[in-house]
Amino acid sequence: MTTTDKRVAEEVPLTAHRRSLTNVGFEWLSTGAAALILVLLAAVAAFLLTEAWPAITDTSGELADKVSWIKPEDGESLLQVVGYLIFGTLLISAIALLIATPLSIGIALFISHYAPRRLAAGLGYLIDLLAAIPSVVYGLWGAIVLIPVLQPFYAWLATYFGWIPLFAPDPTTGVVSPTGRVALSAALVLAIMIIPIITAVTREVFLQTPKLHEEAALAMGATRWEMIRMAVFPFGRSGIVGATMLGLGRALGETMAVYMILSVGLSTSFAILQSGNHNTIAAYIASQFPEANMQGVSALIAMGLALFIITLLVNMLARWIVSRRSEFSGAN
Amino acid sequence: MAKRIDVNNLNVYYGSFLAVEDVSLSIEPKSVTAFIGPSGCGKSTFLRTLNRMHEVIPGARVEGEVLMDGTNLYDSNVDPVAVRRHVGMVFQRPNPFPTMSIAENVLAGVKLNNGRMSKGDGEDLVEQSLRGANLWDEVKDRLDKPGSSLSGGQQQRLCIARAIAIKPDVLLMDEPCSALDPISTLAIEDLIQELKTDYTIVIVTHNMQQAARVSEKTAFFNIAGTGKPGKLIEMDDTTTIFSAPSERATEDYISGRFG
Repeated sequence: MTTTDKRVAEEVPLTAHRRSLTNVGFEWLSTGAAALILVLLAAVAAFLLTEAWPAITDTSGELADKVSWIKPEDGESLLQVVGYLIFGTLLISAIALLIATPLSIGIALFISHYAPRRLAAGLGYLIDLLAAIPSVVYGLWGAIVLIPVLQPFYAWLATYFGWIPLFAPDPTTGVVSPTGRVALSAALVLAIMIIPIITAVTREVFLQTPKLHEEAALAMGATRWEMIRMAVFPFGRSGIVGATMLGLGRALGETMAVYMILSVGLSTSFAILQSGNHNTIAAYIASQFPEANMQGVSALIAMGLALFIITLLVNMLARWIVSRRSEFSGAN
Repeated sequence: MAKRIDVNNLNVYYGSFLAVEDVSLSIEPKSVTAFIGPSGCGKSTFLRTLNRMHEVIPGARVEGEVLMDGTNLYDSNVDPVAVRRHVGMVFQRPNPFPTMSIAENVLAGVKLNNGRMSKGDGEDLVEQSLRGANLWDEVKDRLDKPGSSLSGGQQQRLCIARAIAIKPDVLLMDEPCSALDPISTLAIEDLIQELKTDYTIVIVTHNMQQAARVSEKTAFFNIAGTGKPGKLIEMDDTTTIFSAPSERATEDYISGRFG
C-alpha cells in the first residue's frame, strides 16, 4: 500500500474541529466589515445631530443676528430657508427623475431586448462611460454648451405653454430668463447624470428575466412589446424602483453641477423657466460654507441633516413600494 | 379548430449548425402524436418549429415547409406572432406568470388577442378553460391568488388552461410531465385524452410508456453522434412502433438497448 492509497477520512477523527486561523480570521473580517457600515452610519447621524443642535434649538434670535443669510427683517427663519431649499431640491430632483426614468428604461430595453448583440455591448459600454464623467465637467458643459442651446426652446415653451404654471414666464418682464440658468436646466443636466445609473441597473434586471416567462408570453402570440409588458416589466418592477431610487439619491445630493448652472433664489414657485427662484440644499451648503461663522456652520449642518432625512425617507418609501406586492414577485 | 399539419423536407439550423435534417411527416387533426428519442436528437427543436418558437433563439432558422391545412407557416407573408396564436404551446417546466393571479394567467393570452372583454365573459372563459384543464375544482376559491402558489402539477394544468383559453388549432407539449410526480402526470395524461376531441396535440416525451398510453401515432427521432444532425427514423401507429417497428434503431431504443 502506497501513501496515496491512504483514505483521508481515516486521518480525520469525528471530533476534530477544523477552525484554522484563516477560517476564524475571515469570519471576523467579514463581520467587522458589516459592523463598520453601521458604525459609520451612526457616526454620521450623530455628527449631524450634535453639530446642528445649537442652530435647531436656538430660540433667542441670536442665530438670525449672526448668520447673514437669514433675514428676520424679511420674516425669514432658519426653518423657512430650509423649507425653500427642500422644495427646490425635491422639485429639481423630481423633474430630473421624470425625464431620466423613461429614457433609461428605453435605453435599457433596447440594449437587453432589441439591439443586435454587438451593438448592445458597445452601447452598454458607452452608457457606463457617461457615469465616469465628473460632475464638475457636467456643470461646465451644461453652463457653456447646453444652456445656450436650450434657451430659445424655453422661450418657445413659455410662448405656447406659458398657461401651465411650470412654464410660466416672468410676470414682470413677460419673458423667460434670458440666461437660461433656470431650474429646468439644472434638472436636465441632473437627468443626464443619473441616466447611466438607472440604465445600468435596469439593464441588468431586464437581462435576468427568466427565459421561461419570456417564452410563455411569446408562445401565446405576444409581440415583442407585449412580451416585455407581460414578462419583463413585472419581473423587473422592484429593480426599476430600486434603480430609480439610486438615481434619485444621486440627484438629491448632487452639488457641483447645480451650483454651476443654477441662478439661485429662495421661493416655493413652480415656475421652472424663471431664474432666481430655486436652490438645492447641497448647492446652498457648498456656496455658504467657505464664508460661514460658527453659528453659520451649525445652521448649514442642520440643512445637511434635513437632506440626510429626506434621502432616508426616499429609500424607505422605495423599499415599501417594492415589498407591497412581494407575494406576486418573481422571487417565490 | 383542430387542423392538420404536413411537414415537407424541413431542415432546422442554429446558425450554421444543422440540428435536424430533412424531416417529412403528417399529423392528423384531433389526434395525439408523440415524438420520442434520446436526448439531443432534436425532437424538442423540431417541435418548436411547428409554432415558429424556434426562431426566437438568435441565429436560429429553418429550410423547408410546414403546412397547416395547406398554408405554409414559413411563407414570407405569414406573421410568426399570428402563428403562435393558432398553435399553442406547453413547456417542460410549468411557467405561469408569477406576477399574475390564477385568473389573470388564464386570460393573459386572450387579452392579447382581443384587448378588452366584459367581466362576465372573462369569468366564464376562466371557468371554462380551468374546467377544460381539470383544475377548476381545485382553484375556484382562490382565483385571485398568484399562479405560483399552486403545486407543480397544478401550475402545469394552469399553463394548459392558459393555452386552450385562446382556442388554438394545435397544442404542442414539450415534455409536459418531466418535472411532475406520477399523480400529476396521470392527471395531465387524462387531460390529454379529453383535449384530443377538440385539438390536434403533439407531445414530446422521454417516457415511452407515456407515449404508448396517450398517443395514436409515434415518431422516433435519433442522432448518429455528437455534432451530427437529428433525423426522423420512422413514424407509424403507436401500437406498431411499440410492437413491430420497421427500423432496427427504433426497436433497440424502445426495448431499452440504448438511450
